[in-house]
Parts: sequence; structure tokens; C-alpha cells
Amino acid sequence: MAGYILRRVLQAVPVLLGTTFLIYFMVFAMPGDPIVALFGDKTPNPAVIEQLRERYHFDQPFIVQYLLFLKGIFVGDFGISFSGQPVTEILAKTFPVTLRLAALAIFFEMIAGIGVGLIAGLRKGKFFDSSALAVSLILISVPVFVIAFVAQLVFAINLGWFRATVGPGAPLQDLILPALVLATISFAQIQRLTRSSVIETSGQDFVRTAASKGLSRRRIVPVHILRNSLIPVVTYLAVDFGTLMVGATVTEGIFNVPGVGRTLYQAIIRGERPTVVAFVTVMVLIYLVVNLLVDLLYAVLDPRIRYAK
Amino acid sequence: MSSVTRETDGNTVNSQNDERPILEIKDLEVGFNTQNGLVKAVDGVNITLYRGQSLAIVGESGSGKSTTAHAIINLLPGTGKITGGSIKLDGQELSTATPKEMEDIRGRRIGFVPQDPMSNLNPVWSIGFQVEEAIRSNGIASGKKDVRARAIEVLKQAGLGDADRRLKQYPHQFSGGMRQRVLIGMGLAANPQLLIADEPTSALDVTVQRVILDHLETLTRDLGTTLLFITHDLGLAAERAEQLVVMYKGKVVESGPSVKILKDPQHPYTQRLVAAAPSLASRRIQASDTPLAELDIHAPAEAEVVDLIATAEARAEAREHAADLPPAIVVEDLTKVYKIRGSGEFKAVDNVSFQIAKGTTMALVGESGSGKSTVAKMLLKLEDATSGKIIVGGQDLNALGGKELFNLRSRMQPVFQDPYGSLNPLRNIGNTISEPMSVHGVGTRKSRQARVFELLDQVSLPKMLVSRYPNELSGGQRQRIAIARALALKPEIVILDEAVSALDVLVQAQILRLLADLQAELDLTYLFITHDLAVVRVIADHVAVMQKGKIVEYSSTDEVFDNPQQQYTQDLLAAIPGASIELAS
Repeated sequence: MAGYILRRVLQAVPVLLGTTFLIYFMVFAMPGDPIVALFGDKTPNPAVIEQLRERYHFDQPFIVQYLLFLKGIFVGDFGISFSGQPVTEILAKTFPVTLRLAALAIFFEMIAGIGVGLIAGLRKGKFFDSSALAVSLILISVPVFVIAFVAQLVFAINLGWFRATVGPGAPLQDLILPALVLATISFAQIQRLTRSSVIETSGQDFVRTAASKGLSRRRIVPVHILRNSLIPVVTYLAVDFGTLMVGATVTEGIFNVPGVGRTLYQAIIRGERPTVVAFVTVMVLIYLVVNLLVDLLYAVLDPRIRYAK
Repeated sequence: MSSVTRETDGNTVNSQNDERPILEIKDLEVGFNTQNGLVKAVDGVNITLYRGQSLAIVGESGSGKSTTAHAIINLLPGTGKITGGSIKLDGQELSTATPKEMEDIRGRRIGFVPQDPMSNLNPVWSIGFQVEEAIRSNGIASGKKDVRARAIEVLKQAGLGDADRRLKQYPHQFSGGMRQRVLIGMGLAANPQLLIADEPTSALDVTVQRVILDHLETLTRDLGTTLLFITHDLGLAAERAEQLVVMYKGKVVESGPSVKILKDPQHPYTQRLVAAAPSLASRRIQASDTPLAELDIHAPAEAEVVDLIATAEARAEAREHAADLPPAIVVEDLTKVYKIRGSGEFKAVDNVSFQIAKGTTMALVGESGSGKSTVAKMLLKLEDATSGKIIVGGQDLNALGGKELFNLRSRMQPVFQDPYGSLNPLRNIGNTISEPMSVHGVGTRKSRQARVFELLDQVSLPKMLVSRYPNELSGGQRQRIAIARALALKPEIVILDEAVSALDVLVQAQILRLLADLQAELDLTYLFITHDLAVVRVIADHVAVMQKGKIVEYSSTDEVFDNPQQQYTQDLLAAIPGASIELAS
């Protein structure tokens, strides 16, 4: 097991190098001079521009810039943003917010998706099942920003249950509404996935054997049906968590969440090379870690899967 | 039909002295709701079983035998439900019992051993967990230690020696035979009065099957458990149960003492079953010099008698003049080594050599894991040999380039075991059969079409099937399609990898007959791979017995059957169910 993890971590190194190089190159190739753009309509002093160029290493050839950036990563220095803030500081401020938001969203979609999916699967073709299908089809078809605006209007403005936008420091209670909105997207998938998985498992021979041993329905459903059905669902949840962690730009924008999505979007608009590259690097890292965790989780959930040394 | 049932029912009752039957099924009807309304799977079944007795329900797939078993414990699949009749366990009505009452009966009073050991244990829980929950839910023991102790006891009883060490292991770490022991242990965990064993060994190798059944027999005798046994194998049923109930299309066609039914079957269906059962038929060849005449007397005029003995006779004639022709296949010192990560090498096939003369059949026999299918794969060049030579029609397989290999494939065709898995469900029968011809660019569209009809005719299927899809056909029909596809390119060699193992006995007999006819007609060479020695006798000229990758015995069929040299072959022969039953009257 330890050997397997080590191998996976080593495999991540070339992936990380490749992706950062690609991203760095693409940001480098973006048209326009970011320093000039920084001053907007004003005409900056050429000496100031020169100074800024030097500070951000823009006077160096591309490959030197990239190597300097790599060197920075190893010492935990992602450079300085155009606003003068170290990028590491921005990372440290935004990722925890997104982590909370993603965790909340996963929590909601897990409870609702697995719960509804299980009942729908056990009552295949009955009223509950058909209604769950109808609801999930509606949720899948409506774009997320529509759901977000409607939720904001109804629950925050009309009913006043939540604040319409997230306040400073992004407290947990303010994140509930955006998390619910995010959860609706995956709720439909999880629910359908759980349902089909439950139906498949229910028809398995070992479920009948469990009943023939004299087990009650109350034991068979969680122990022999749900546990087996959750294997694909948990994988989906983990991947979904990775997606949420790299930011839900639209939802974060609507609810004014100071998270990864919104910050990255603004950095791209401003052409802030260090910030964009740093964020994307961290995202790639998160994806790699989540993928490794999913694979390890597989082995925990299904004893048939064991990774060789 | 009903008159037969009633007569023999009388016999059953007379022979017992215990007044109250432990299980009494009267006029049982079970239906499944389908799009076409209610379909009856079990139609008026009567079974009476007394304490300490053993009874076997025999029938082919779809006869309703398993449905009857599931109805008893009220675990009918899908839309199935009991629509009439009664099931009494020791006087208590089961068909109207509440779910709670049934939960108490299952496991505690009726044990159940399911068919397929591979799919009947939950893969994500340990063996110990699954045995322990059966013990706990039936109130046999409580408290962690007691439950564990009982679990070990139960597994040891079922023949799993090192049970305490194995509790923590998972089903996938167990062999099929070991899993079946676990299932038997679970079925008997609460000492039930009645044990229903639904084809408990049909997924296992014959020698394992025998050991497990012997064990089950002693165990149920010692515990005083009444055994209800369900099987498709008449020989097995007769060997293991005192009483037989033969089911056909949801009805009981014959019932009575086992030996009596085998020796003197009354119903035409039972007669056909007795004639077709390979294990019994092969005994008959030895038992009588004039088997054909004997059988004809019993055969009803209207029934199509599929007779394995006639098949065997026809083969014997063809074999006469095959000896001096050059061999179609020569295999020399064939070895296949698989590298296993972490634990070195595994020799799946070890120095195997044999020859098959043109127009004859060689059977490659062995249990699962013996390497017989790997030999087939190497012959078909689906796997590369590690070392050794394969010469097909004078050409060395290893020396062939892509183009020559492609041409060779048209002369050597496979038929695989599972007729459900080997046909593409999205292609109709016509396309399936003509595909090899279009791949090899044989003929025009029109001539291929004509050839498809010809082939369908050869495998005795109606022409109208060309536009049908595999899911609309029965298992036997599908296997005929697979054979037709294999014959499409007019091959010289057909490799049959367990080609009849998945089929019911009657269908199996038909396919074996068809293969023999086609061989005589088209001068085909067969390599027949099987785990079932019983069918070997009627189809093969030579037999090679494989064990752990090596050929341990290689001789003519008669030699192997009459005078087996190796202990392993003798074990295999002794394990053929029904072989010990004397049929000659």
C-alpha cells in the first residue's frame, strides 16, 4: 500500500511539471502588456513600468521566468500579485472559504441524493420513484445561475431566511444558501446513480441469500444493499468534491463568496500572471490528491481491490 | 399426465411411517406478472416430504423447479407470487404467512443453500461477518465471543478445516468449493429441520462436487435434517435422493422412488431425460450390447428421441478410416507461463503434446484451472505460447505472418461456452453468421445470404431466424447459431471450448448429435474442451486429461474409460454423478 502511494506521488511530479509549464506558457502568450493594462487609461511613468517589469521578471526570457517560478514553488513562494499582496496570502484566504463551501455542498447532496436514490431504488416504478425522476430532470435542465437567482430572491430577499450575499469572513451560515444551490446540480446525478445502483444490487443473488438466512429487511437494506450500492456513488462524490474545490465561479460570483472561483476569474480578467498560475497549480495539485484518495477509497470500500506493491 | 402423477404419489406416501410430513405442497401455483399478463411458472405442483427423507426435484431450466424452492421460503424474484395452492411446513401454512413470520422461519426452520457460490456471498463483507449475522439473527447465540465460536463450529462442520483463521477473509479469497462450504454452513447454522439445496454444486468441478455432496449427505444425516434437493442432473438426483420429482414446464410429470424412476420411467419426458443424460447413457453402453434396440422399445413414437448412443455409434464408424490420414493439429511441448506480479511465475500449461487426426475429435478434459482453455487460446492464437510448437495443417503457427495467420483463422474456428455472452446482442442472426464471411471477403452479398440459409439449415434452425436477435432465442438455439457462425467459412477445424456445458441435458444431447452429424458430413476435426467427462464418452475419439497444466493421461476414449491409468482420471470418472447406479435390468 505504501509503495503504491509513493508510486502515485512520483507519477504526479511530471504531471505537475507539464501542467504548470503549459499554463505558464499560455498565460505568457496572452495578448496585451499586463503592466500597461494595470494602469488603465492613465499613462504611466516609463521608469515605473521598467521597475515593475523587473520586479515581476517580465524582462527575462520565458524559460527563465518559468524556472524562477518553479524555484519559487519549492520554497513556498508564488510571487507577488499586482496589488502587492503575496500570492500565497491570497491562496490562504480563498481556499479555506471554498473548502467550507464545497464540504457543505457535498454534505447536502450526499444526504439528499443517497436518501432519495435509495428510496426510489427500493420502490422502483412507484410514485416516489417517478416523482424523483421528474424533479431531477428539472434540476438538470435548469442552468445553475437561474437556480441561484431564484434561491437568492425567494429564500434571502422575500423570506429573509439567509443573507443574500456572503458577509466578510464568509461565516458558515452565510454559505448554506450557495452550498444548497451547488448541491442541486449534483443531487440529480447522485440520486439517479444511487437509484440504479440500488436496483442492481437488490437483484443480486447474495441479497436473496441474506434473506434466506433469516435476516430482517431492516438489516438487509443498509448492510447488504446500501453498502454495496455506495461504491460508485462515493467515487462520484469524491470527484465532485474535487470539482467544487477548484471553484464554482458562477455561484461564487452571484453570492459574492470570496472563494477560489471568483478570485481566479478576476485574476484572469486582469491578466495577473502570478496569481493565475499559482491558483491553477494548486488546483492541479488538489485534483491529483483527490484522485489518489478516490483510488484508495475504492480499496477501502471494496475488499476485492487491493493495490500491489 | 395427471394420472401418472397420482399413481406415483401413492407410492411415495405408502413407503413412510411417520404420519405428518415435514413439508407438504398441494396444488401450488406460482405466476409472474409480465407484459402479456400472468405467466404461470409453477402449475399445480404436489410434493410431500417426510422427516429425515431426501427428495430431489429434477428438471431443465425453466421447468419451475427453482421457482418452487423459492416459493417455499417466499423469496420469489421480481413480480413472482403464489397464486394458488398451499405450502405447509410441519402443519403451518407458509403461503399466507406474514413477512415477520417468514423471517422467523427462514434460516431457523428452513435452511437454504443457493446455486452459484460465486454470486451468493456479499463480496464486500468478510466470511466471518456473513456467517455471524446468520447466527445472530436466528438467535442461536448472542455475545461477540459465543457468536464467533458458533461461526467457527458451523464452518468446521461444513468442512472448512481452518475456519478460525479464515473468518477475516473475503469471499474472493475463497475457491468455489470453499465458498459453497460457507453457504452450506450458513444454511445449516441454525440447525433447521429442512434444508433446501438449489443446485448446490452445479457451478463446481466434478470432483469438488462429489466431496461437497458427500459431506452434505453425512451432515444432514447426522443432524437429522430433511433434505430437499434441486438439480437439472438426473444422475446426480438419483444418486443423492431417495425420492424423485420430475418437473416439466411447471408441472410434476413423474414422482416416486429414484431407482424405480430411472429403471422404468413412465412419462415420455422422463424417458427422454433418462436417454439423454450423458452420465447414464455412457453407463448404458457398458451395460448392454444392444442399447439401440432396447431404447427403441421405450421410446414413444411421437417424441423426437435424441439419443446419445446413436451418436456414439455413428462416431465409431467415422473413426475407423481416420487413423492413416495426416494429423490436422500437432502440438509439441507447448508451455505457457504467466508472470504474476510479486509472486513470480505461474505455469498454466506445462509441456503439453498431442495430435489430432483429421476428421476426428479429441477431448481435452480437466477441472477449472487445469490449463485446458489456455491451450485452446494458444491454438487460436489469442494467446502467444511461451515455448513449444503448434502445427496446424502442416503450418507452424509461430512462423506465420499477419496475412497467413488471418487466412489460417478462416480454417480454424471457435465455439465458446456461454451462448448468451458470445453473440452480439445488437446484431441480428443473419449478420452474426455472415460476419466471418464479410471479414474474409468471401463471396458476394447475395451468395453470403444464400450461405446463411444453408448454414441455418445445417444446424436445423428455420430460415426465418435471420432477422431475429439473440435475446429472442433459447440457449440451445443460440449455441446452434454460434456453431453456424463457426462453420460459415467452411473450416477444417473447430475448437469447442465447453460448448455444451451451459445447456440443459436434452439440448446438450441435440447439440452433441448435431456436432457428430456435421463432423461426418463435413469431415471436421474437433478439439472438444470440457470439464464434463460424461459427454466425452459420446463425442470423442481420443481423450487427454489435464491436471495442473500437464497432460496426465492421453489415450483413446475407450481406453481412458475402461482402463484409466492415473488416480486422477479414476477420481474424475468416479465423480460422474449417477455412474454408480445400476441401470441394466
